[in-house]
Amino acid sequence: MLAFILRRLAQAVVVMLAVGLIAFALFRFVGDPVLFMLGQDATPQDRERVTRLLGLDQPFYVQYASFVKRAVQGEFGLSLRQMRPVSALIVERLPATLELSFVAALLALVAGIAMGVYTALRPRSWLSQLLLALSLIGVSLPTFLIGILLILVFSVQLGWLPSFGRGETLAIGWWTTGFLTASGLKALVLPAITLGLFQMTLIQRLTRAEMLEVLRTDYIRFARARGLTDRAVYFRHALKNTLVPVITITGLQLGSIIAFAIITETVFQWPGLGLLFIQAVNFADVPVMAAYLCLAALFFVVINLVVDLLYYAVDPRLRIQPA
Amino acid sequence: MILQAKNLRVEFRTRRGTLVAVDDVSFSVARGEVLGVVGESGAGKSLTGLAIMGLLEAPGRLAAGEVWLEGQRIDRLPQAALRAIRGRRIGVVFQDPLGSLNPLFTIGEQLEETIRTHLGLAGKELRQRALALLAEVGIPAPQARFHHYPHQFSGGMRQRVVIALALAAEPILLIADEPTTALDVSMQAQIIALIKRVARERGAAVMLITHDMGVIAETADRVAVMYAGRIVEIGTVRDVLHAPRHPYTAGLMASIPRIAAGAGRSRLAQIEGAMPRLDAIPRGCPFHPRCPKRFERCLSSRPELMPAEESQAACWLHASAIAQR
Repeated sequence: MLAFILRRLAQAVVVMLAVGLIAFALFRFVGDPVLFMLGQDATPQDRERVTRLLGLDQPFYVQYASFVKRAVQGEFGLSLRQMRPVSALIVERLPATLELSFVAALLALVAGIAMGVYTALRPRSWLSQLLLALSLIGVSLPTFLIGILLILVFSVQLGWLPSFGRGETLAIGWWTTGFLTASGLKALVLPAITLGLFQMTLIQRLTRAEMLEVLRTDYIRFARARGLTDRAVYFRHALKNTLVPVITITGLQLGSIIAFAIITETVFQWPGLGLLFIQAVNFADVPVMAAYLCLAALFFVVINLVVDLLYYAVDPRLRIQPA
Repeated sequence: MILQAKNLRVEFRTRRGTLVAVDDVSFSVARGEVLGVVGESGAGKSLTGLAIMGLLEAPGRLAAGEVWLEGQRIDRLPQAALRAIRGRRIGVVFQDPLGSLNPLFTIGEQLEETIRTHLGLAGKELRQRALALLAEVGIPAPQARFHHYPHQFSGGMRQRVVIALALAAEPILLIADEPTTALDVSMQAQIIALIKRVARERGAAVMLITHDMGVIAETADRVAVMYAGRIVEIGTVRDVLHAPRHPYTAGLMASIPRIAAGAGRSRLAQIEGAMPRLDAIPRGCPFHPRCPKRFERCLSSRPELMPAEESQAACWLHASAIAQR
């Protein structure tokens, strides 16, 4: 078990180094930040001075080494646009994205599994047919379109929910939360649905397919033959086996939820990391972009590790057998 | 009689018409008796077992016939009542012992769950009963094995666990569907001995479904031979195996390889052709295209079971015997 975790951690470090290199190398050559900062009319002396100030005159590998060294300490330098430490910007924006992703993921998981189980157990009911048809729409519609449609209906037409921003937030230490105010919660609804809808339909379809598969197995037939109640057969035996693959996919999807928050945050002007990233891209703000990519990679790596451990906990066949 | 099946008929409604998988099957099993049901794959053996338990899955259904358990008709019972009978009064063992156990639960959990459902025991009593069952089916060190998962058991041990699960609530009827087929030969003998012992000690009736004549010979008291959804011969094991009255049974017996002094290297006998598909069962006797003894009557009309010496066989060869009497 310990060896398993250590091996996973070593792999995670390699992945992080590679992502760091890619992020750094890629964005090192995207646009000229000096040009952006000083404009076309700057004198060569000014340009040289700013280049040296930002450390952009040093060789590539030196820049990368110092980048990694500082990145490990959470230090990504100054934002080229805002002239503030990137770490401060990220800490400021992180709670918004994490809260949004958490709610979206929870929604996707709970609603997705519930609908998946229902459609598998009652395949012929009209509600199942409807849910399946809707899930097809959910899978095929792009996120920004869903967001705009929701805004159109619930903000513009009905005026029930706000169309942008986080509402009022409360600060708990450095963390700002929208969970504790009415306007914060109201502001969460539309973005969370927008962000979670795709994953929800995915989880629904996956749960349904897995459940149908499991219901055909011999141990379900045998559970029936043993005279267990339908409830025990469906929700104890079938559901647990269904959830093993669903956990994996859902875990991986959680990473995508955080990453895809970019689009949702743009549509709803949600003051999170995604919005920060998009603004950074517009200004070729290399440190911010690099930091965001590394952070996203870190999320994926951590989530994968957690999923592996969960898998391990749920499925006894993966555990090392005692001799 | 513990189990009486009367004129069972299992149909599958498909787009291309109704297929009859089990047709007019009747038999009974007495207390302490082992009835072997033998036949090729697709002969309807397993479906007959499932029909008795009410476990046929759509589009299959019991289209006609009656199932009586200890004088109570159970085929028309609502699902909830039937569920209370399954596991409680009818125990089942399926072919694949690994597939029958949920891989994510320990065998102790699955055993206790079954006992709790049917007998309502809890706590110490529950645990003791589960451990006693494991010991009864011959699992060594039940205390330690209790917390193990199915994948930690060998095939034979798994099948013992499955039998323990089937016996958990002391059923009066045990339906064993190919219980030894997935096991190696030495395990087969042990499992057969276990089933026999249980039937004798508890006075339970056993319906043993298999395609293995050897298993029947060792275990069963009476045997029903099925072909294309029908019983073609039924009688005591002694009569049917030693003096088969139906050409199909005779063919089955002849096609068992024998290793005996003087047998030489003769070619293994086999029945020509294959069992007809459900949508192409021939008119008359369903066995007639493969039958070495067929005559005109076999092509046109279907024989019912009729007395043939000590047994009963569905074959026109025995019609003359009746007429002469």
